Amino acid sequence: MSARAGDVEIAPEDLRHLADAQLNVELDTGDMVLNLGPQHPATHGTLRLVVRLDGERVIAADPVIGYMHRGYEKLTEFRTYPQVTTLINRIDWLSSFANEVPFIWGAEQLMEIEAPPRAVHIRTILTELSRIATFLLFLGEMGLQVGALTPPFLGFRDREHVLNLIEAATGGRFHPNFNRIGGLKDDLPWGWIGETRDTMRIVFDACNTLEDLLMGNEIFELRTRSIGIIPGELGAGYGVSGSNLRASGVDWDLRRDGTPYLAYPELDFKVWTHSDGDSYARYWVRLQETRESARMVIQLLDQLPSGPIMAKVPRIIKVPEGEVWTETENPLGQMGYYIFSKGATGPFRTKIRSASFSNVSILPWLLRGVYVPDVITILASLYFILGDIDR
Amino acid sequence: MIPTLAVEVGWGTTLALKTLIVLGLVPFGALVLGYTFLLKMMSHMQSRLGPMDPGGFHGWYQLIGDGLKFIQKEDVMPAKADRRVFALAPAVVVVSTFLVFVVLPAGPELVVSDLDVGVFYALAVSSLSVVGVLMAGWASANKFALLGALRAAAQLIAYELPLLLAVVGVVIQADSMSLQGIVSAQANGEIFGIGLIGNPFILTQFVGFALFLVAAQAELTQAPFDMPVAESELVAGYMVEYTGFRFLFFFIGEFGTAFAFSALAATLFLGGWAVPGLDNEGLSTVIGPAVLFAKLMAVAFLMFWVRFTYPRLREDQLQTLAWKYLIPIGLANILVTGALKVWI
Amino acid sequence: MAEDTPPVHEGDGHEGDAPDAVIPPEAPVDAEPEPEPEPAEPEERAYSEAESELLARLEGELGDAVVDHADAYGTLVVRVRPDAWRRAAEVAKTRLECDFLSFVAGMDWQPAPREGDEESSDTSAPVQPTETTFGAAGSEGRFQVFAHVESTDRHWGVTLKTDVTDAAPSVQSWVGVYPGADWHERECWEMYGFTFDGHPSLRHLYLPGEFEGHPLRKDFPLLARVVKPWPGLVDVEPMPEDGEPESSETTAGSEEPT
Repeated sequence: MSARAGDVEIAPEDLRHLADAQLNVELDTGDMVLNLGPQHPATHGTLRLVVRLDGERVIAADPVIGYMHRGYEKLTEFRTYPQVTTLINRIDWLSSFANEVPFIWGAEQLMEIEAPPRAVHIRTILTELSRIATFLLFLGEMGLQVGALTPPFLGFRDREHVLNLIEAATGGRFHPNFNRIGGLKDDLPWGWIGETRDTMRIVFDACNTLEDLLMGNEIFELRTRSIGIIPGELGAGYGVSGSNLRASGVDWDLRRDGTPYLAYPELDFKVWTHSDGDSYARYWVRLQETRESARMVIQLLDQLPSGPIMAKVPRIIKVPEGEVWTETENPLGQMGYYIFSKGATGPFRTKIRSASFSNVSILPWLLRGVYVPDVITILASLYFILGDIDR
Repeated sequence: MIPTLAVEVGWGTTLALKTLIVLGLVPFGALVLGYTFLLKMMSHMQSRLGPMDPGGFHGWYQLIGDGLKFIQKEDVMPAKADRRVFALAPAVVVVSTFLVFVVLPAGPELVVSDLDVGVFYALAVSSLSVVGVLMAGWASANKFALLGALRAAAQLIAYELPLLLAVVGVVIQADSMSLQGIVSAQANGEIFGIGLIGNPFILTQFVGFALFLVAAQAELTQAPFDMPVAESELVAGYMVEYTGFRFLFFFIGEFGTAFAFSALAATLFLGGWAVPGLDNEGLSTVIGPAVLFAKLMAVAFLMFWVRFTYPRLREDQLQTLAWKYLIPIGLANILVTGALKVWI
Repeated sequence: MAEDTPPVHEGDGHEGDAPDAVIPPEAPVDAEPEPEPEPAEPEERAYSEAESELLARLEGELGDAVVDHADAYGTLVVRVRPDAWRRAAEVAKTRLECDFLSFVAGMDWQPAPREGDEESSDTSAPVQPTETTFGAAGSEGRFQVFAHVESTDRHWGVTLKTDVTDAAPSVQSWVGVYPGADWHERECWEMYGFTFDGHPSLRHLYLPGEFEGHPLRKDFPLLARVVKPWPGLVDVEPMPEDGEPESSETTAGSEEPT
């Protein structure tokens, strides 16, 4: 017995949990409709999941989003490019530096200017730092969602070191607003490079601690193995990207495979994949990627060139007419901006392709036949941010 | 009464005194456990400090202040809740906690009532809390509470059996179901002829001890068995609609029962209030409570340490653990203990 | 994008070019300096190998359903006829090996309402041109639907566009081909008003149930501006003389790296 979702064949092994869901039909005890959210500790924000339950099994799930819809695409039509940067910071607020990068890169492509190498390197360092910050939080709070009380504190504590670094360089822990078309706002402060090296050591320790604490735990394995398996091809059809897709065995990372951007072509790094596609695999992939990001930061610090941090740009920036599509490997997945410009100081239209929107769109398919606690595990392992879904 | 006091009082005064002591002991036990382990030990394990301000010295006043805060809050009841059942449920849970303290001995004569079937009675009344939990979940008129209550009912009933089976081994070895009898069996017993530390049953009944701890953890709905109160899913489960002093009752019930179970474990496996080799009854009466307190804090330390470390098991995994693993182990333990008792 | 052409680095003999162009690495044809882009017309760029291959396959399968094509800074943009929209998706999935759906979105080419004044020194709001111009691969009318798909295997992607008539804005749905198009089309419908034939249930995604209107259309005002008009530059500092670079905007100096 296999099934089709569009043109995708789903293997029988992946449907095991659905078959079990059919068993309870004869009893006909009636279904219960439960509202998970919009205020719920497990939904990472204002996501509302309307699930129809049969006992503790989910029969159907329907995510209701939009509680945080701020109308960014409409707003960008009324803002100049520097003003848009402050807006898009807040799409994925945990790794906000990474949101600015594709937009600024797109504007620079339209203007046909290139940021100087030092600025490019510092941008890469800050992007990887924000990736580390958000993944450390994920590693901790996924433990919280499955019930362990200690990992989130450790994750938050070690994340503070990375946020201190970002604050020292940019002035803001969460919303740096540091990119400018043509480069960066400021250069790095004194002593930042040494501190970053020390912090990367702390990051490695944190990863090892969390690995011992959670990944070696039998209960954690019981709760996450074989839970929420996303077949790779189906995931790609839904638009699932980033670590979620790599955990399903799809070897695709825009830092290595997409249009070369930032300083990634000069870096030597490994793309981690896992073949299982379950929640454990997603956790494992992000853990390895955190370590890989720390290694990348150290490489970048060693290779940091000197030079200006801002190219020559006019004071009032008018971006020439054209359209450009930029996509980057953000911590949550593939983030892209399709910028239409008509030669004004602001974009004509920006289509913001946010990763979590597509990651969450697979939930109606993924949640059929799972238990209520597994719903929580799956939500935690997909790792979405509400601002990213709702824009 | 107590020989050291050399005061004769009638049975009415004795009864009143004992009732007051139990009534005071339960919140006191809850406070001590809550502060030491939940607030301080958990914080230090999570590399933070916990409350430091209230009361000046490491925030010792925190829970008392919390209790007072709860008492003065508005009594909110959901509109569709079943009023009487909603109000009674916390009381049922707390009453079962009080009843367990009736048989716990803290000294040679410091026990409210040394029943001959002490162990049996203690386990029986502690399972009354299931009724309270079900009442709370149903009367709250809240689907999350209902989910939590149903999970709790299944879990608490499932883990009664391993709890019982763990204790049967102790009873076989001690030849008595009364808790004072078990304490004296441990204090006066010998290991291979050496009576230095008596015969604490943890040494021979280590399987039973482990089983008891696991089952007690589940009876208290503490992680890794806190599905009914799964904080990240059900947000307090069956207690979600309770506020103010009703929630305080649940809180006292939860930690008071933890105190009681720790005391029970200390009595059954670690020797209770007795210090082996100390035969002076007067001295035992004075230091007995302190000894028991130290032993029960050691047991509680283990329980809470596990609570803060492990994630929670899913409901079906929980049930599998109880029915497929713990009960057969308990039965095997009884077999072996009985066989050894007969032949040795 | 094709992985076999070597990437272009700084210092590869391109310093003489002015201005510094962002050169897609698989386009060795672009080694000559390019003319300054005119603000009015989009530039013609030569296609990279990957883009040419994609275009050849698309035209091979769809034939004359391909109305126009262009290159948008390294991405191939292909406009197809509206009746071939779903077929284009199937071709993309099978023939072009593009299994990853990036997004499906709508476009409104009507000029945006003017806010500021181009002559004034108010730089706080953009002033969009009032003439209607269309982007890469052109457009027949005001509305378009565009989508981007990528291949996780071949590492290439293509943007597909199609026109939507004003009177009866209806497009074929991609849900049967890419299951993720479900949510994207719902968003498109509620933001622009396009209906999608074959979509299982077009209902609101972001907006509350009783919302009227289609917010992303250019004639739908930004409600914040309706409530309170844009105040313009509020804190006005005297601008430094033109020609004197401001310290934070144009800088050629740098500090020594630590």
